[in-house]
Amino acid sequence: MEKKVLYLEDIRAGDEAPPVVVANITRTHIVKYAGASGDFNPIHHDELYAIRGGNDRVFAMGMMTAGFLSHMITDWVGDGKLRQYKVRFARQVWPGDTVTCKGKITKQYTEGGKNYIEADVFAENQRAEKLITSTIVAEVLNKPAV
Amino acid sequence: MPIQDLIGKEFPPFDMPVERGKIREFANAIGDDNPIYSDPAYAAKSEFGNILAPPTFVATKAFWRKGESVFELAGFDPHFRLHGEEEYEYYKPILAGDVLTCESKITEAYEKPGRRGGKMTFIVLEFSFYNQKREKVLVSRTTSIHTEGAVKN
Repeated sequence: MEKKVLYLEDIRAGDEAPPVVVANITRTHIVKYAGASGDFNPIHHDELYAIRGGNDRVFAMGMMTAGFLSHMITDWVGDGKLRQYKVRFARQVWPGDTVTCKGKITKQYTEGGKNYIEADVFAENQRAEKLITSTIVAEVLNKPAV
Repeated sequence: MPIQDLIGKEFPPFDMPVERGKIREFANAIGDDNPIYSDPAYAAKSEFGNILAPPTFVATKAFWRKGESVFELAGFDPHFRLHGEEEYEYYKPILAGDVLTCESKITEAYEKPGRRGGKMTFIVLEFSFYNQKREKVLVSRTTSIHTEGAVKN
């Protein structure tokens, strides 16, 4: 399988990432992430507990959405290229929501002989409300000489 | 105890073996079918030579940490606990078979009035992960917020 690599020569500020969409979040998505990550705060899997806390129903962990977003990022910049990933959690993800992950390059620079890009990346719901926003730094390689 | 007194508090270090099955399970839970997380033959031929951990994999430290959690220490009620931010700095790849050691401490603790009334308490916990060669592989910072009621948006 040929994996796509993002090379310095191919990118420009303003370039956008191929989006990743996770349609119709279910409680199954949430409990799978709970089991995988070890986040067993009942507010994410126990409906009565969530309601007692003043919520309408259970909602997903922010880290699940940060995981969906990391999938978009690594598909875009390549494996092992991420150097910084800073996530701010803005809004909850509820069962039934559709999460779309997007990103855009804001800057490219060279430091210590290595090339980097900065990008704004985010996840939004079906109402285009931001769920999480993030800035990333990733290393990009020069295109190998042919 | 004033919340600021928590600044500098260190938690007991712990070891975290990085298991191939856990990486596969974690990648599956974030919907990522990249073979670098699940196919040993593919991974062996990659620049990493082994199954790679996804960027947010160290979330699984929850299974390995020891002792009182920061939330217990700060008296955070899980009903009203929010995750504000999560920040990662990556230094080296984390691979299946690694044994990471995690050191953690509270770097910030403060209170602010909430926009919709009530007090909000912020705690930043910093985690440093080292591999079995004592190379620093990753630093993460978690900002947790405790509110006095459910957040509506």
